[in-house]
Amino acid sequence: MESSERIAQRFAAARAARRPALITYLTAGDPHPDRTPALALALERGGADILELGVPFSDPIADGPVIQAASDRALKAGTTVERVLEIAAGIRRRSGMAIVLFSYINPLMHYGFDRLCRDARAAGIDGVLITDLSVEEAEEPVQAMQRHGLDRIFLAAPTSTDRRLDLVAQYSSGFVYVVSRTGVTGARDTVSQSVEALARRLRARTALPLAVGFGISKRAHVEEVGRYADGAVVGSAVMRVVNESADEELEAKLERLCRELSGIA
Amino acid sequence: MTEKTMQVPDERGHFGPYGGRYVPETLMAPLEELEQAFREAQRDAAFQRELQELLATYAGRPTPLYEARRLSAELGGARIFLKREDLLHTGAHKINNCLGQILLARRMGKRRIIAETGAGQHGVATASVCALFGMECVVYMGEEDMRRQRLNVFRMRLLGAKVVGVKTGSRTLKDAVSEAMRDWVTNVETTHYLLGSALGAHPYPLMVREFHRVTGEEARRQILERAGRLPDAVIACVGGGSNAIGIFTAFIPDERVRLIGVEAGGRKLAPGEHAARFAGGSPGVLQGAYSYLLQDGDGQVLLTHSVSAGLDYALVGPEHAWLHDQGRAEYVSASDTEALEAARRLARAEGIIPALESAHAAAEAIRRAPAAKDRIFIVNVSGRGDKDTDIYRENFPELDAADGVE
Repeated sequence: MESSERIAQRFAAARAARRPALITYLTAGDPHPDRTPALALALERGGADILELGVPFSDPIADGPVIQAASDRALKAGTTVERVLEIAAGIRRRSGMAIVLFSYINPLMHYGFDRLCRDARAAGIDGVLITDLSVEEAEEPVQAMQRHGLDRIFLAAPTSTDRRLDLVAQYSSGFVYVVSRTGVTGARDTVSQSVEALARRLRARTALPLAVGFGISKRAHVEEVGRYADGAVVGSAVMRVVNESADEELEAKLERLCRELSGIA
Repeated sequence: MTEKTMQVPDERGHFGPYGGRYVPETLMAPLEELEQAFREAQRDAAFQRELQELLATYAGRPTPLYEARRLSAELGGARIFLKREDLLHTGAHKINNCLGQILLARRMGKRRIIAETGAGQHGVATASVCALFGMECVVYMGEEDMRRQRLNVFRMRLLGAKVVGVKTGSRTLKDAVSEAMRDWVTNVETTHYLLGSALGAHPYPLMVREFHRVTGEEARRQILERAGRLPDAVIACVGGGSNAIGIFTAFIPDERVRLIGVEAGGRKLAPGEHAARFAGGSPGVLQGAYSYLLQDGDGQVLLTHSVSAGLDYALVGPEHAWLHDQGRAEYVSASDTEALEAARRLARAEGIIPALESAHAAAEAIRRAPAAKDRIFIVNVSGRGDKDTDIYRENFPELDAADGVE
């Protein structure tokens, strides 16, 4: 099946406006599955181009404390893979953002890759990123994603060798997620200096858009990253707001955060 | 190495469909570097000489194969031999792998060592080799395990290690592994993750097996000397499965030798109450490897329970999954109660107090022995029971009267 092209279009639109695309992450189901679509729409009103919709997992080895806590709350609120797909469909009915399903491999594997990709596409999801899926193990999931027209987003890391960057570039579509530093997810005061060199190494290998994530939490970070990459991913800073805000203020606070990040304030 | 065991894992770390490398990209190149260093070290005579020397003079290898005559006579069936890994320095088989990996860390120029621990035996062995090589040591341990294995927490600190309590999940081994992986992904340039079982991403299951296979090689030679023939069964407990794969590997080509792994049956075989992956699990990915996993209907990892902290883990090592599916090894479970009773029985019949983990293997031998006249069993006593004294006290209150009268 052909890709929805939504991811490519959102990057192209941002490029035409001479700004980096803003990609925001939400753990689906935190604080409650019924609430996630409204939170996603608030991010879109604030200027988010792409939503990474996180499937909560019991053992999130790549996440820091903020997203670990969000996953725990989402699971306690009864969030299943099936429910995440319903949430995505709910967002898609009212939103033009591109949606990337963001997950650890086990819940998706257990659901079944082919069934997952078919249902994800039907729900209006545009791409899939699996945190703990190396390109070496990716054959079956990647084939399912191709069959159902989903973009396949892989991570490139500061530790990746040239050989590995070649593989990541070869397997990816939609965009490449550039991990800014070694470590788990979490907001930081500064963006690692070494990420620019990593972005350049990737640029030499692929024409795909590059989005930098891990530690991005402020407008200044988004601008800095925008000098050498096509997008910035903000995750823990968003989930920290979800965690710390009173229920009735959530949407307003997320929209404000996003306006600040996107610079459309 | 025999031809048979050379077949698995393949060059990408797969044991049939199991194993592999399911980790974030940040860890992929470091795992490749580790694999490269391991393969070079395996071919390096100087490395092997140094390891053999340490195993002999520091750890205390070879360990005896002891015939448990009184226990065998009581049961009236099989001749039971005990492979005494409990006599190794630091009290368990874990030291074999720790010595191998610390030499590897030094070879790679890594000066900081991190590890996870469940029962604390791997943590103590890691802390010991770090002291021996003057390296920084950080051990992650679930708070529940710190409570039930207090003595080992103190031993690690006495050896100069920093013990970091883990508060997430069930606060046991799985959560300690997650936290160690988060540390590793952050500090990977300077740090070696000294993983303690035949788990995790490739090359760990291969590497840990190779550092422990000496157990089975010795036992095979010893039983041929002592009994003049191969055993009928080799029995070992299986958490991640390092002691079991260590004693099984040399016997895998001997097709008539039954290989029996004993998982933790816990309180009962119901979700959350045990750690018997082959009884209640299905294939899935946890912490880098694909294998039998205790998970719910949505692919979330289930909590586990065992009286023995070292067996209290949701995934079994991938090579065991392969041996299981091939029918080369069989896997059973022993309950908390059966393990405790086996420990008491071994203590009274032979004067050997086993670790609670190893008591699971003893329980299976005790169950099978009466109907196995003239058969020979080897049981891997992977660790000694000193660390479990508090748990034995809790469970045998009648032996713990304060007035000195039993």
